[in-house]
Amino acid sequence: MPALWHSTFFLVIVLLAISRPSLASQAGNDDLQMGTEHRTYKGTENGTTNLITTLPIVTWNWQEIQFPYLVALWILVSWLCKLMLQLNPSLTSVIPESGLLICIGWVLGGIIYWADKVQTFRLQPFIFFYYLLPQIVLDSGYSMPNKLFFSNLGSILVYAVIGTCWNAATLGLALWGCWLGGAIGGIDIGLLQLLLFGSLIAAVDPVAVIAVFEEVHVNEVLYILVFGESLLNDGVTVVLFNVFNAFVSLGGAKINAVEIIKGIISFLVVAFGGSLVGVIFGLLISLLTRCTKNIQIIEPGFVFVLGYLCYLTAEMLSLSSILSCTFYGVCCQKYINANMDERSVSTVRYVMKVFANGSETIIFVFLGITAIDPSIWVWNTAFIFLTLLFIFVFRFIGVFFLTWILNQFRLVPLEFIDQVVMGYGGLRGAVAYGLVVSLDEKKYKEKNMMISTTLLVVYFTVMLQGITMKALVNWLKVKRAAQTERTLAEKIQNRTFDHILVAIEDISGQIGHNYMRDKWNNFEERWLYWLLMTPSARKSCDHIFNIFHKLNLKDAMSYVKEGERRGSLAFIRKETKIDVDFYKKFGANFSEMMPYIMTENMGSDHVPVSSILWDSMPSVCLDMHEQDLKMRESEDVNAHHLLQQHLYKGKKQHRHRYSRKHLEVNKDKNEVQEIFQRTMMSRLESFKSAKIGVTPPKKITNHLKKDQPQKMPNGKSTDNSKSHAYGDEDGEFSEGDSASGCEAADGSFPMRACRGAGIVNPAFNAEMDPMPPMQQIPPWLAATEVDSSAVVPSQRAQLRLPLTPSVRSSPRGHD
Amino acid sequence: MGSRASSLLREEEIEEIKKETGFSHSQITRLYSRFTSLDKGENGTLGREDFQRIPELAINPLGDRIINAFFPEGEDQVNFRGFMRTLAHFRPIEDNEKNKDPTASEPLNSRINKLLFAFQLYDLDRDDKISRDELLQVLRMMVLRMMVGVNISDEQLGSIADRTIQEADQNGDNSISFNEFIKVLEKVDVEQKMSIRFLH
Repeated sequence: MPALWHSTFFLVIVLLAISRPSLASQAGNDDLQMGTEHRTYKGTENGTTNLITTLPIVTWNWQEIQFPYLVALWILVSWLCKLMLQLNPSLTSVIPESGLLICIGWVLGGIIYWADKVQTFRLQPFIFFYYLLPQIVLDSGYSMPNKLFFSNLGSILVYAVIGTCWNAATLGLALWGCWLGGAIGGIDIGLLQLLLFGSLIAAVDPVAVIAVFEEVHVNEVLYILVFGESLLNDGVTVVLFNVFNAFVSLGGAKINAVEIIKGIISFLVVAFGGSLVGVIFGLLISLLTRCTKNIQIIEPGFVFVLGYLCYLTAEMLSLSSILSCTFYGVCCQKYINANMDERSVSTVRYVMKVFANGSETIIFVFLGITAIDPSIWVWNTAFIFLTLLFIFVFRFIGVFFLTWILNQFRLVPLEFIDQVVMGYGGLRGAVAYGLVVSLDEKKYKEKNMMISTTLLVVYFTVMLQGITMKALVNWLKVKRAAQTERTLAEKIQNRTFDHILVAIEDISGQIGHNYMRDKWNNFEERWLYWLLMTPSARKSCDHIFNIFHKLNLKDAMSYVKEGERRGSLAFIRKETKIDVDFYKKFGANFSEMMPYIMTENMGSDHVPVSSILWDSMPSVCLDMHEQDLKMRESEDVNAHHLLQQHLYKGKKQHRHRYSRKHLEVNKDKNEVQEIFQRTMMSRLESFKSAKIGVTPPKKITNHLKKDQPQKMPNGKSTDNSKSHAYGDEDGEFSEGDSASGCEAADGSFPMRACRGAGIVNPAFNAEMDPMPPMQQIPPWLAATEVDSSAVVPSQRAQLRLPLTPSVRSSPRGHD
Repeated sequence: MGSRASSLLREEEIEEIKKETGFSHSQITRLYSRFTSLDKGENGTLGREDFQRIPELAINPLGDRIINAFFPEGEDQVNFRGFMRTLAHFRPIEDNEKNKDPTASEPLNSRINKLLFAFQLYDLDRDDKISRDELLQVLRMMVLRMMVGVNISDEQLGSIADRTIQEADQNGDNSISFNEFIKVLEKVDVEQKMSIRFLH
């Protein structure tokens, strides 16, 4: 808390300091033209024209430095506000951050106003549209979950186009009706102006939606619908705005069928043209990244520059710039991620987030600041109230109606609860404000009234709906059953159910089975990959190879680390792993258990008994745990804890991955990789044994090591080593249900000859003769006639040893 | 796709499947078109490779086991009837079915049958018991093991398996029988968790 006050104090001082000199230099200007062309570094009024009488040691160069200084200072101030918010986490959990930023903006605006008696800083429309908005849209497009987006594209378009038109029309007409009825009072406004107002306030705002939904974890489909709608409705908003603007200029009399048709055509042109511009730029950047391998260091920069140019080009052609930027990101993500170096990809992702988050912060702070300006406030209670009411009502009506229609066609119907959240999530934001401020005062006499109303609507939706959104989602989300502590069996079973359901859904093609998608994938693979991706990137698109490669790398790394740690290769993996695991993960919980387990693990040969034997001699394991009754309890807790942490999440549980703030790094991908790899292994192994008719050994015993000197085909061993490259702890596989029907016991020794590369190696197939378990002895041991009584590296170490390039590349079939 | 599908599926067959599984006419036709699109060999049956071609199943930890569940004991091909029979387990339980004649044979999507399906995923050797080993196998499949630094060891898994069996086991044979399985899950809303909404 003291930090909070200190920073507030500092901010206040800073602001006072700014406002004084800025006012002094702004002789008569109301707004600080931050992006303006009046650079005052060429001959200012009170600068160089003064005669100097002596050599100045230091001079005060405020005039020249003013513009960039203020820009930088304001950015800093906005971000400091965000920092201040984080100091008080309890507050942010109630009110969404965007709302709090607006409040801080009010405070700051108040300070400035009090200092200057006039609002020197405002959210200028062109600053907003050209400097603050592009990054946000770029980030949205780039991190858009493509698959989800396109599979819901139809619904999104329906909501964006029809929904927005509906909102705009009904709002405008309703207000007009009220005006005619005299409810709003005698203001100088007409149907067209009201329709225009309706169109600009009808649009759901992407910035606000992200900001609020970020903190409310709704399911993916709902999120993508609201978010997609907020992005795509820009096409409609821009068109409607321009059309009505033009109509107002033309005057009501000149509107006839031709103009209306032109309006519709212009909608099509703007929307599709904007998207086309985005797609073209997306192709450009993909092609570009094909060639930038040698300038990797500035590779990421191209993404941003082209993205910004895309935005500006669309603006230049009066097309929808938000649409263009969105599609730019959507189109290019896959290819540039494949083409660029990993470091560049990381850079792009992180920098995008920085820009987008930063812009969002600045926008909200300034939305607050601009409110503290009495000159713009025209308070028309009825207008404001009616607007709010109508927005709300018509949004809900629109959502329900459209959803009802869509549910006839959708693969997965939207539930009522989702619809409510969608209706409630129609937040308005800065885009509306930007549009309203850019209106021409001469044509719109009531501009100030509209500005005030817009601001109030924005505040209302962002703050009130933001605050209550979470509560609403929780409230609607069903009664929580009394949470008696679920048994382990239930937990496991629940997870199992999830996986089963997901699998059945996939099998029955319920979700995502899409003829169009298959065709697109084929097209993409044949043409686009060839065109837009570098050859090496194309290869790495081959899933299996990718995983194989990554896991090899990872294992090689951990192998080297272990080697360095121990100083030699004759280390015992299991022991170290336990070491690492327990301390790292469970800390105090397990430290008391650890010595116990460690000693238990040491068999007579200092080989960790448990790693190999425990299935063949289960009593060892059970005894180990049963021996200490007092540990049972802690074990109980730990068992639950362990389970919780390590169970795969399964597809359905992957909700809300697309976040502005959190870069979801890899946890899901690792899981996916792991499962995929494991599945492939077991399938290949079953395929192989189906071909050869070998039933894998059911149990392994400790004697295995002793019976070694058996030559085995090198190819097989290298394959084995590769197959375990991914560091299965105990070197075991669960071959639950291989197609050949072999009942794999859990102790089954993992040296099935499986290659991760997904190609059955004819070489080792050919040389496979049905061998007893001895076959699994790696050749180096065989060759060197290891004395089995000596300290032998654990099975896993053996498996891992051959991860050196020399062994890996050794010719197949060499004995 | 649509026309081909309905031409190959005769009305009587649809009726039979409807009676057996409870799916509606349109659901059956839709699932049939899915069946044919999976059946790349166009011989009217699906083999394991056809299922394995579904990419999402490769990243499902229980994918292979579930594929197995489609194939009756010892066979390698499943026809459309078998396909539907398995899928029928996942039909939601409708309210009017709950009041059905209790002497009629249990519909495929009853709670018991759903649980039986799940039970058989564990119990590979069909001895009507989930032994510790079988449980451990499933656990191994469902657990993160390869992420650097976050690995769960087999002893830990073993202890989890032990505790799970302890919680469920009532007759002390160190394995879970089907009845014990049912008992353990009596609080779980199986009807909802093992149902997916099939499209019309």
